[in-house]
Amino acid sequence: MNETLHSHEAHIEHPGYGTFIGVWLLLLLLTGCLVGLSHVSQSYAVWGLLTLTPLKAGLVFYYFMHLKYEGPVFKVVVLVTLGTLLIFFALLFSDVAFR
Amino acid sequence: MSGHVHRDDLGSRLGMWLFLVTEMVLFGGLFIGYSYMRYRYPAEFHHGGMELNATLGVINTLVLLTSSLTVVLSIVAVQRGEKQRAMALLGTTLGLGLTFLVIKGFEWSAKFHHGLYPNSPHLATLPPGEQVFFGLYFTMTGLHGVHVIAGLSVLGVMLWWVATDRIRQDRYIHLENSGLYWHLVDVIWIFLLPLFYLAA
Repeated sequence: MNETLHSHEAHIEHPGYGTFIGVWLLLLLLTGCLVGLSHVSQSYAVWGLLTLTPLKAGLVFYYFMHLKYEGPVFKVVVLVTLGTLLIFFALLFSDVAFR
Repeated sequence: MSGHVHRDDLGSRLGMWLFLVTEMVLFGGLFIGYSYMRYRYPAEFHHGGMELNATLGVINTLVLLTSSLTVVLSIVAVQRGEKQRAMALLGTTLGLGLTFLVIKGFEWSAKFHHGLYPNSPHLATLPPGEQVFFGLYFTMTGLHGVHVIAGLSVLGVMLWWVATDRIRQDRYIHLENSGLYWHLVDVIWIFLLPLFYLAA
């Protein structure tokens, strides 16, 4: 009985060591850029925070957490969550802006 | 009961992800709170951030990123039936996670020596914005630290299960889900580093 389930799983091509080591190197590089930017000026540091940090998180989600290899349901779950947080963020700051 | 074992790896992973999104909302709420407070007290947050040791923050980032790599590689090793390598990689992850906690411990104890800890008399003399900064710093890095301890405990069990063949080439969903948790802990730290150590 178990065999049917395994054969289904076996169809999925598993990524190898190289892919993940490459992503890790990219993450180290991005961390270096982030630290470098923070030494330039305050506004560079903030721009680094707003662009490089989500990029790093995205790489971890997409590759390390295998989101790339999962079906659409998984991606929708994550996007709905991030969207919800973004709405809360926007609501808070729209309130702050018109106080 | 004819030896049929019901297994749904996809459902198991989806369940784990549903739990992880609740964690994302938990920390997300704190991040939103941080954004507002930083907007309200920019000078105090800048001053508070200067007191933190950015070098230790960056080292801890490299430690956690590498521990995330070793977890994901241990899954590849299990998929290929390389048990010894999987155990070595998981052992490395545990070592790196403990290193993170030790560095965090040094960092916190340095703050305590300077009279900076929740509800301390010295903290009460600081301007309100800095009190908020250190309140958020201790709350967010502390909550993250609790998650590191939880993740390490779970990964310790995973190492035991790989050693005893409970996790093997044809059955490794528990390791995958534990890895997912560990990566999320890593992602949260990816955000904590610039918020407290770099951009403040």
